Amino acid sequence: MATPMKFETAVEKLESIVRKLENGDLTLEESLKAFEEGIGLARSCEKILKEAKGKVEQLIKKEGKWETQSFDI
Amino acid sequence: MEQQGFEFDSIQQSRQRRGSPKAAAVSGQPEKQATPKIFTVSELTRNVRALLEGHFPEVWVSGEISNFRSPSSGHFYFTLKDEQAQLASVMFRGANSQIPFKLEDGLEVICHGRITVYETRGQYQIVVDHCEPKGIGALQLAFEQLKKKLSEEGLFDAKNKKPLPFLPKKIGVVTSPTGAAIRDILKVLHQRFESTNVLLIPVRVQGEGAAEEVAEAIFLLNKRDDIDVMIVGRGGGSMEDLWAFNEEVVARAIFASKIPVVSAVGHEIDFTIADFVADVRAPTPSAAAEIVVPRRRDLLEHIEELKQQLFKSPLRRFPDLLMRLDDLRGRLQFGWQVFWDKRSQNLKKLLSNLDHLSPLHILSKGYSVVRKVGSPKALKSSKGLKKGDDLQVTFHEGDCIAKVMGPSVK
Repeated sequence: MATPMKFETAVEKLESIVRKLENGDLTLEESLKAFEEGIGLARSCEKILKEAKGKVEQLIKKEGKWETQSFDI
Repeated sequence: MEQQGFEFDSIQQSRQRRGSPKAAAVSGQPEKQATPKIFTVSELTRNVRALLEGHFPEVWVSGEISNFRSPSSGHFYFTLKDEQAQLASVMFRGANSQIPFKLEDGLEVICHGRITVYETRGQYQIVVDHCEPKGIGALQLAFEQLKKKLSEEGLFDAKNKKPLPFLPKKIGVVTSPTGAAIRDILKVLHQRFESTNVLLIPVRVQGEGAAEEVAEAIFLLNKRDDIDVMIVGRGGGSMEDLWAFNEEVVARAIFASKIPVVSAVGHEIDFTIADFVADVRAPTPSAAAEIVVPRRRDLLEHIEELKQQLFKSPLRRFPDLLMRLDDLRGRLQFGWQVFWDKRSQNLKKLLSNLDHLSPLHILSKGYSVVRKVGSPKALKSSKGLKKGDDLQVTFHEGDCIAKVMGPSVK
């Protein structure tokens, strides 16, 4: 669980940044800062979405102990 | 049965022959025959018992349950009744553990069993070995009973439903490793969001002990900290096949789960108790997979859209900005010009001032500079001069050496 930010949190933040920028009541400095933050969020969202193929495992009881094994149909 | 029936008849016949001592006394007709046989209560009861047991070794009877009791022995005691009669009934523990629904007062049932006599009390009764509800299947009744009970306890309340995570990293699946459900789930998960991790807890989903296995698997997943949501279910089947998901132990395990549970039992039309307790009911296992993960393509599109908006929004302000920049540049240039012009005028003035102050300028007016030969210092006084000192005199144009002759004569 080492994710720095959950995907949905990042998306929500990104959406609010876009809204703020579009409203246009930020100063130039603020909007540049927001823009930069937005790009960073978009990148980390894409990174989460482009993660490698997931694992499919199963939990099997072996001699009284639970063991994780890969699972293939 | 045939032989016992005969015995019953023969006793009746012998009773008719002998008559009863009491009946004879009432009618006033003297008893001519031999002294009637006098039974002890036990003997008579044993006889009655033998008669009844012999005549009704197996019987079906329908009636309404009343006065139901279940003491700690685990046996059930109740009375079966209709408008005119009642029948004491007992159902021993071994038999009553086989019925899925709960016996309760007012329930119309059909019982199968044998008639016997409880000698101590001289009471005849039916020993029930099988009982089913009247007009409804036993499982259907069990389902309705448990549904009502759990609903009253609040296990289905909306306020207890947990929201599902938006994008789970790892999904727990409780189902059979060989069933259609796991295949369908994995297929859909793969199509929608390839990077989803799955942990399957393989369980039996039907038959004796299946419900306990499902419940244990749910508890097991709750002991981990890497599962964001779980799918509990199986593919389609008969009501008997799906029964494990109608059992209380599964319902309790789902309710106790801290991890959100999506139930996925059978087909669209199958509703189980597990479905009512689960945080979300999926109509099928495939649908559960769809509910649990979003489509990655949709998310990527959404992010791309947001990025476009992000790029567009500051750029939209740029024309203004550029105009302002142009304006500023113009003002800067003009300002510099003004500044420079002012400075250069000052400089010219300064230079001319400097010019006025220059010694050369003074010399041009007829003044001269006098220094001792070999000294750079201009002399400001005649003090210290001696006769014969050599002086260098610098004019506006040229210079000469002069000799001190003496102090000037007044």
